[in-house]
Amino acid sequence: MMFWKSTYNEFLKIAAKPRSYIGIGAITLIVAIILFAMKTDGLSFISFVTAPFEQSLAFEGDILNGNLIAFIILQMLIIHVPLLIALVTGDLVSGEAAMGTIRLLLTKPISRTSILFSKYLAGCAYTLVILLWMAFLALIVGKWLFGAGDLMVLNSDGLIVIQEHDLAWRFLCGFGIAYLSMIMISTLSLTLSCFSENSIGPIVSTMAIIILFTIIGTLDVPSLNKIQPFLFTSHMVSWRNFFEDPLPTKKIIESAMILIIHITALLSVAVYKFNRKDILS
Amino acid sequence: MTATDEKIVEIKHLEKSYGKFKAVTDVSFDVYRGDVFGFLGPNGAGKSTTIRTMLSLIRPTSGELKLFGKNLLSDRNYILGKIGCIVEKPDFYKYLSAEKNIELFARLSGVTVTKSKVHQIIEFVGLKGREKDKLNGFSHGMKQRLGIAQTLIHDPELIILDEPTTGLDPQGIIDIRNLILQLKNEHNKTILLSSHILSEIELIANRMVIINKGKSIIQGSVKDLLNAQELIVSFSVDDINKAKQVLDNASMANLIDTVEQTSLLLHLSQEKIPIINKLFCDNNINVFSIEAKRKLEDYFLKLIKG
Repeated sequence: MMFWKSTYNEFLKIAAKPRSYIGIGAITLIVAIILFAMKTDGLSFISFVTAPFEQSLAFEGDILNGNLIAFIILQMLIIHVPLLIALVTGDLVSGEAAMGTIRLLLTKPISRTSILFSKYLAGCAYTLVILLWMAFLALIVGKWLFGAGDLMVLNSDGLIVIQEHDLAWRFLCGFGIAYLSMIMISTLSLTLSCFSENSIGPIVSTMAIIILFTIIGTLDVPSLNKIQPFLFTSHMVSWRNFFEDPLPTKKIIESAMILIIHITALLSVAVYKFNRKDILS
Repeated sequence: MTATDEKIVEIKHLEKSYGKFKAVTDVSFDVYRGDVFGFLGPNGAGKSTTIRTMLSLIRPTSGELKLFGKNLLSDRNYILGKIGCIVEKPDFYKYLSAEKNIELFARLSGVTVTKSKVHQIIEFVGLKGREKDKLNGFSHGMKQRLGIAQTLIHDPELIILDEPTTGLDPQGIIDIRNLILQLKNEHNKTILLSSHILSEIELIANRMVIINKGKSIIQGSVKDLLNAQELIVSFSVDDINKAKQVLDNASMANLIDTVEQTSLLLHLSQEKIPIINKLFCDNNINVFSIEAKRKLEDYFLKLIKG
């Protein structure tokens, strides 16, 4: 009972904080710019992508459609969304320490673990709102402006065309695994937040870790190749697997498992630290 | 309400270390139901560390902490449910209104509060009309009042106020002091009040403990501790040597505590002040001023300086 009251409080706090709307505003702005650019100059962009294939393939119908726009938006934004999420989730514990409210919060008759999970749940809900907003803008507004159609995806093996009727579940699952990878970011920033007494530290540290792991993940060095599959950043783009044909099920399950293991491990560290923390601020 | 024999706080040999640094080395005291208990000590004596430990904000290194007859480490939530507190300055969510802040903390205190109860409490602390205002525009004094409102919302048995008058202007100090007295007299609360100002404790508390350098030094009834103590009386006179001689002739040299450039410090009871004054006057020694300080106050000031 107290856990749900605490979770409700955390929702209220996130909803009342001005910084919570930065993410939503930024996504709206970026998507609006992408939509405007594609509306005005999309066809030349498409011709540039399809040019190498035009000698062997004939393209019919509207290639530039809402589904392609949604795919492009997902691909572009998924790299930047972690910063917008960390802006809020990295502040959940350290922000209370910086403001001094943690003293009052932790003298209430509710366990520290419950408070932390309340914050975590609220952070996950915020992450979901950000992704749903992105999905709404990408899919609904994209289809409204550009219409529906088959999706043409360019990957390392070449061009794949996925038919319109086969796309809904792929987008749904793609958003699902993208959500899992964003939960991973929330968990990381929340854990770092438990170690900090200021808001900026966990946010910057989260981004630094993502950048570092991404660089390690792309370096073709034999000694690093062994750890690359275990870095969470290597699985942040696994949503794209749902747009492969045939579906790489094993790869998708592996990615989900690695992300879940990371989330569990980080959450355990956060619970341990938060429970042992002396409140000196 | 008078204090009873029921101990609601029992702290024995509390110790808290951070690595090699010992913030609290040996603090022991008891608070009885109905007490307004003064927790006195100079800055850095370990008051806040002790209070934070009592509220489970800090884990003790060793010692026994029992509140309401239960162990803090094993019955944390039960104990915290019966306490309302302000630890150092009262900080709230600046982006929420006063009303929303109170509601938010009330929810976590395990009680269901109505809007009218929230408004009633806000009115009690003198913030009527500011319920909907965000805390961005609140002064320190207003936040302190809201902090007291927050401590009362779940009708706790024990209220812990850590230096509640720090940073307030003189009027703010009087207002907060009156609020505390109101809590004691009208709401029958047990109050633990920490301060580094003896006069503040003297005005409000019925029992107290003094701590210094992480150790409790003395505890008991404020009345007994202050009245039982002899006074240190400073006689400012025109001729120190003659005054010393007069006291010597009257077999009172043993009363002399310290000889300063223009004054003699004597330790004596209140009744002896006019006798000494008359003695000096009869011997043509001009007395410019007489200033009496309690030994405890002097002792406490020495602690602060020392």
